[in-house]
Amino acid sequence: MQGYIYPNEFELRWSLLIVLYPYLTGLVAGAFILASLARVFNVKEVEPTYRLALLTALAFLIVAPLPLLAHLGHPERSYEIFLTPNRQSAMAMFGFVYAWYLMVVLLLEIWFDYRRDFVLWAREATGPRKWFYYALTLGSTDLSDRALGFDDKAGRWITIIGIPSAFLLHGYVGFIFGSVKANPWWSSVLMPVVFLFSAIVSGIALVMIIYLVATLFRSKKVDMGCADKLATFLFYAMVVDFSLEMLDFIHRLYESEESIEILSQLIEGRLFVSLIVLQMVLGTLVPLISLGLVSPALSKRGTRKVPAEVRRLIYLGCALLVQVGIFSIRWNVVIGGQLFSKSLRGLTVYKAELLGLEGLLMAGALLILPFIILGVLARIMPPWSEAELPASPES
Amino acid sequence: MTGAAAGPDREPSAASEVVDRRDFLWEALKASLGVPIALGVVRVPELCGMQEEVGENAERIYGMGIDIRKCIGCGRCAQACKNENDVPDEPYFFNTWVERYVIRDDGEIAVDSPNGGLDGFPPIEEEGRTLRTFFVPKLCNHCEEAPCVQVCPVGATFVTEDGAVLVDEEYCIGCGYCVQACPYGARWFDPVRHVARKCTFCYHRLARGKVPACVEVCPTSARLFGEVGHRANPLARFLRFNDIQVLKPHLNTKPKVFYANLDGEVR
Repeated sequence: MQGYIYPNEFELRWSLLIVLYPYLTGLVAGAFILASLARVFNVKEVEPTYRLALLTALAFLIVAPLPLLAHLGHPERSYEIFLTPNRQSAMAMFGFVYAWYLMVVLLLEIWFDYRRDFVLWAREATGPRKWFYYALTLGSTDLSDRALGFDDKAGRWITIIGIPSAFLLHGYVGFIFGSVKANPWWSSVLMPVVFLFSAIVSGIALVMIIYLVATLFRSKKVDMGCADKLATFLFYAMVVDFSLEMLDFIHRLYESEESIEILSQLIEGRLFVSLIVLQMVLGTLVPLISLGLVSPALSKRGTRKVPAEVRRLIYLGCALLVQVGIFSIRWNVVIGGQLFSKSLRGLTVYKAELLGLEGLLMAGALLILPFIILGVLARIMPPWSEAELPASPES
Repeated sequence: MTGAAAGPDREPSAASEVVDRRDFLWEALKASLGVPIALGVVRVPELCGMQEEVGENAERIYGMGIDIRKCIGCGRCAQACKNENDVPDEPYFFNTWVERYVIRDDGEIAVDSPNGGLDGFPPIEEEGRTLRTFFVPKLCNHCEEAPCVQVCPVGATFVTEDGAVLVDEEYCIGCGYCVQACPYGARWFDPVRHVARKCTFCYHRLARGKVPACVEVCPTSARLFGEVGHRANPLARFLRFNDIQVLKPHLNTKPKVFYANLDGEVR
């Protein structure tokens, strides 16, 4: 503790788990935006990651509300947020935004995209697997050109609805923080926009990591055209994200409101490692410069010519650093926003516990869980192109 | 001569069974209003323009006045509150606390509130450098535009008709958003009940015609409790004859805890 803080501020109410929530939702929104690049904007190069991105979004979306639930004082009353939402509350909309995104956007899009394969897999398989896949078709087994055409059209439209929905999902999370006028670190109209672009950055980086690592483990060849395109989009998204963050930073500095002194102390002290070192230098500048040099973002063949194997490694390294950086952003927002007193006269400390419902182990488990779910999903409905069966003519 | 023309040709008995298009639309409109009302999404008073504004029809609106010059920093208010409201004894949970401001001759400001001022304050160091010093009792401001009420996702935090901001502990889901939204640090999270808690103006005492515990025990009458806007009561006189300030007015929360002789340094 340093300076004066209100007595009730000794205990940080929002812990590590609340850091996870915007981090996980951001990955969902970002992965979906990436998928929409292939689907709506016809970026052919990233097509190998289309289904992977959708399944990744689903796996992370399933886990996203768990840290919130675990953090509630009375999780058994959480359904009240659906039954008696306070319409004035930004948080009350969470359940509806989440349900809309899961039910209307993600599940529907995945179903329309996979329906043909479900039918074919059901035909190929025997025993319980056959029935399982048949159940997934929801009884819709028509593979005529007209039916498949409808699937495609429906999927396209859902993606078009899905893009603003993904923006809504994560922009909304930013609004939950940005609308708290009591907290000068959070209260910013830019917060939803910064959240959104950092989400896109984190989502592209995550799918890139999963794609590169999964290809390695499956002993397949990485489609470098795809990897290059992902790296290029990652670079562009990072430029926008970094510019927005700098804008926010410069704006605060220039306005120099009464909170500027305590916020400066916060950045120079408590948040130095997580904000300056991890978020700015390692999480943003290093990957930004590396991608700018080796990816085809700035010049068609990369500013520096690097063999494909090395480029892959650099991409993987950058994507991992980006994850560290984005996690730090979430940390700096959620924890950073509670480290200074609203009296603007002092700083407190946060010590994460190891065990317990809000401890480090729990957080680790919640970070691993989406990958396990993704593994299961990839088993049931392989997102790889070679898993698709050629359609046999209708009998 | 379209729909209506078909009428006379029909049998009278059949005509009564067939729903007219206009009737159907009217029924559908009524039903579409009825569903949200039944679900509680729309409330009837709002539909009829009867906004439940705080205090519009209330007989009284409670508020508190605090005279900074009278507070001696004894901390009895904070202790009385803990006893009265079953606030955990461990430090760092307070419905009300007392801050001490020490302003040095070079403009340096030191604020402290050891254990909420419950056990008094340590002697001031380097007393010769002190320009002025004073105590500030703090508590929930029972804001008219309370940010905590706005953000509560389930409406567990609410404003009573007489203007007190309360928490329904049976309803609170314990998300902590209100703790974040309060600019005054007046809310805390009960580690036993797992709900947000705060000053209630001792609502249970008000119901029995008593004043809040902190007001009752104050030996110097630094705290005054009463109705806002009624001429014939001590609070009204206090508001009339003092220069009044509220905390963090720029946040537009419209507090109902009014300070007399408050220094500009207090936040």
